[in-house]
Amino acid sequence: MSIDLSQFHQVFFEESYEGLDVMESALLNLQPDNVDSETINEIFRAAHSIKGGSGTFGFNDVASFTHVVETLLDEIRSGSRQITLEIVDLFLKSVDCIRRMIQQHDAGEPCEIPEAAEIQQTFEAILSKGQASDTSEVDPSDALSESGESDSSASSGWKIYFKPELDVMRTGNDPLRMFRELESLGPLTVTADISQLPPINSIDPEACYLAWTLLLEADVDKSTVEEVFEWVVDESELTIEPLSSGDSADKVDSHDEQPDIAEQAPPEQQEQRVAPVSPASNSSPAVSPAASSKEPTKPSSVEPKDKSKVEVSSIRVGIDKVDDLINMVGELVITQSMLGELGLDFSMDSLPRLLEGIEQLSQNTRELQESVMRIRMLPISFTFSRFPRLVHDLSRSMGKKIELKMLGEQTELDKTVMERIGDPLVHLVRNSLDHGIETPEQRVKSGKPETGTITLNAFHQGGNIVIQIIDDGAGLNKTRILEKAKQNGLVADGDALADDQIHDLIFRPGFSTADQISDISGRGVGMDVVRRNINELNGSVEVESVEGEGSTFTIRLPLTLAILDGQLIRVGKHIYILPLISIVESIQSFQRMLHRVVGGCDLLRLRDEYVPIIRLSSIFNIKPDGNEMEDGLLVVVEGDNMKVAILIDDLEAQQQVVIKSLEENYKKVEGVSGATILGDGTVSLILDISGLIKLSGVQRYEYKTVSNGDDCAA
Amino acid sequence: MAEQQSADADVARINEEISDAIAHEPSEQYLTFFIDNEEYGVDILSVQEIRGWEPATEIPNSPAYLKGVINLRGAIVPITDLRLRFGIEQFEYSPVTVVIVVKVKSGNSEKIMGIVVDAVSDVSNFSTADIHPAPELTFNKNTAFVKGLGSSEDKMVILLDINKLLTAPDDVDLSEVGRAKLG
Repeated sequence: MSIDLSQFHQVFFEESYEGLDVMESALLNLQPDNVDSETINEIFRAAHSIKGGSGTFGFNDVASFTHVVETLLDEIRSGSRQITLEIVDLFLKSVDCIRRMIQQHDAGEPCEIPEAAEIQQTFEAILSKGQASDTSEVDPSDALSESGESDSSASSGWKIYFKPELDVMRTGNDPLRMFRELESLGPLTVTADISQLPPINSIDPEACYLAWTLLLEADVDKSTVEEVFEWVVDESELTIEPLSSGDSADKVDSHDEQPDIAEQAPPEQQEQRVAPVSPASNSSPAVSPAASSKEPTKPSSVEPKDKSKVEVSSIRVGIDKVDDLINMVGELVITQSMLGELGLDFSMDSLPRLLEGIEQLSQNTRELQESVMRIRMLPISFTFSRFPRLVHDLSRSMGKKIELKMLGEQTELDKTVMERIGDPLVHLVRNSLDHGIETPEQRVKSGKPETGTITLNAFHQGGNIVIQIIDDGAGLNKTRILEKAKQNGLVADGDALADDQIHDLIFRPGFSTADQISDISGRGVGMDVVRRNINELNGSVEVESVEGEGSTFTIRLPLTLAILDGQLIRVGKHIYILPLISIVESIQSFQRMLHRVVGGCDLLRLRDEYVPIIRLSSIFNIKPDGNEMEDGLLVVVEGDNMKVAILIDDLEAQQQVVIKSLEENYKKVEGVSGATILGDGTVSLILDISGLIKLSGVQRYEYKTVSNGDDCAA
Repeated sequence: MAEQQSADADVARINEEISDAIAHEPSEQYLTFFIDNEEYGVDILSVQEIRGWEPATEIPNSPAYLKGVINLRGAIVPITDLRLRFGIEQFEYSPVTVVIVVKVKSGNSEKIMGIVVDAVSDVSNFSTADIHPAPELTFNKNTAFVKGLGSSEDKMVILLDINKLLTAPDDVDLSEVGRAKLG
């Protein structure tokens, strides 16, 4: 068969990444003292299909590496080896290693993982120490080459009839591996009995419908042969007879000797959803599908969960979402033809029908928009799935005991947002781990349970998604933070700050440059970067903390980056859009609230705060309605970690706007984050708060009182 | 009104010629237009379409020649007034004022931009032999933006290198492009 296998590589890579994720999460769930056989089987299956796939596609390094992993897993699975924490760690390392190998193949780079050989040796050392039977080191790529090699004149050997039960694959056994092992003993001829093969559309790819007659021409003991089938002998029909002269290879039917033909047609058509194809379907030739047609197709419940990696640029979309979309388009077409007909023969009498049609059209459009948006939505578990491993590794290296809870994993979020929130989240979780949760001793001393808890929680609120990182650690140490802030000149002596203002200080850039991290018992390493990244997504992050009880970081993000809730504002004849999420409040300006500071910067007294005022008209060089500040409205916005009031002429409507790039055809414009098209087809610019602040020259307002606030000069 | 109609008809005719030119073999075809009674040309393969003038949304703090951005079927397209870009005095926009939408190569990507000109003229053929290098006079520092001078029996057209022209930094003074013909 001259099929270009490279066209399947991407699928293989994606499935392997999924398989690795499955292995990783299952390994993390593994309790050495209480081994759950289903978990082991799950890991084994994933490893097995990666090995099979990599063998099939010619990634022999991956295949041989995975082979030793699988062999050890098999021993654990069969109970001939105890699982220990060291072995779990070794498995985790090998998962990383396989992932890197596959990533390198994926990137088309030469595969060079220095530690691969080392890990492989460790595995082999463990294996050789053990009592297990399966230590053959047959390169999987050599598989199947056996058929033609038999020599019919061989004098001694064994004739083996092997008919495993249907479930043999699900229990983690693989006939192919057994055959390979036999092959290592001597020339082997395999004849497959495909008579039990069901029609193609009722094949369960994980069931084994085949029976085999094997002719092994090797001068070995019967016990050696039996050993190969040691793990399946109870669940299968097995006869082992000495080879007589009549049993020669020429009886082998040429069709049957290529079990891989049958394997090439896994019944993927059956899968209703565009879910990942069961890994077993492309594993190894011996996974031959087929069965008695009476055997009902088993639901694919044993498949690993859909956990593709986030980095790939394609999306797997549930068929239901596509169906929705098709329905919606159908509706739209109907409405369109209805309106078209109306237009052909229009009189004023049909005006109500026209209006009705337009109403319908707008509803269709809205629904269509929502459906299209849904296509890009993925459950946040894609991002959350990396944390169990992170917490596992970090807590071990720091000698802490931490339990990670994840809630709302099914909450959906736009793919682009998800990709970009990953790093800030990792940072926050790491922070909770590092600075939040105390050591077990400290925890016991302060009367808390030894094991700390970090909770990741995601939910929808309004048009936003909220992600919380909650820990029950030490909380923020206000005194220390305040001291640090005074040292760094962020806060003037004698300033009275509210608790949340103090907590907020950890997001200040000054804090990330703290000379020693341990100087602050709270947090603050790189938190300014976290906040900046989240702000760039038009989101916000806040912290609440109670000393001694823990902290909660709350991130609010728009569901998508493509659409924004905007507030239309007007200055003169120009309409601009402010992201609604950045607006704190809008107020009519009154003389008594305004203060002019030497240097030209106006301040708005907003309750107990002084907020610098930015005149949009002067920084954009446009003509406002009036020049007096009392004529306009002040919109107080928050951006770049500070509040400013923007002087505008009027507030217009609020609406959802589709964000378009200005850079695509023009270039970045200071103070503008993008553009959108309004209902009348004109273009309106979306304002970028931090850009405006930069443009206006207002400096960071440092919680100072008016009397010494003159560094807030324009 | 009649003027508007004839302008529309012109636009339609030239749009057709453009698609013809694109459909057929790439040739030395140039779309020519007028600015301040001077005839200029751009490679027809870089022209996407011609539109009438419509008000654009101003971009704050941008040079005066950038009239703003318009919505071209969902894309945000910047519009440059070539007259102003060449440092010629402002001209009242009229119904025959047109925007030529061009595709400009910028690095590896392609940008869509619009240029405002006084009026479109024609689609002209200039074979390589008809194109003369612009005189490189010491006083004209803008010849880099001129591909050459295309001459036919009755006229001489300044053929612009639209890629260089529209990707030139804002502070490059292009006031001498229009004088490429001198000498």
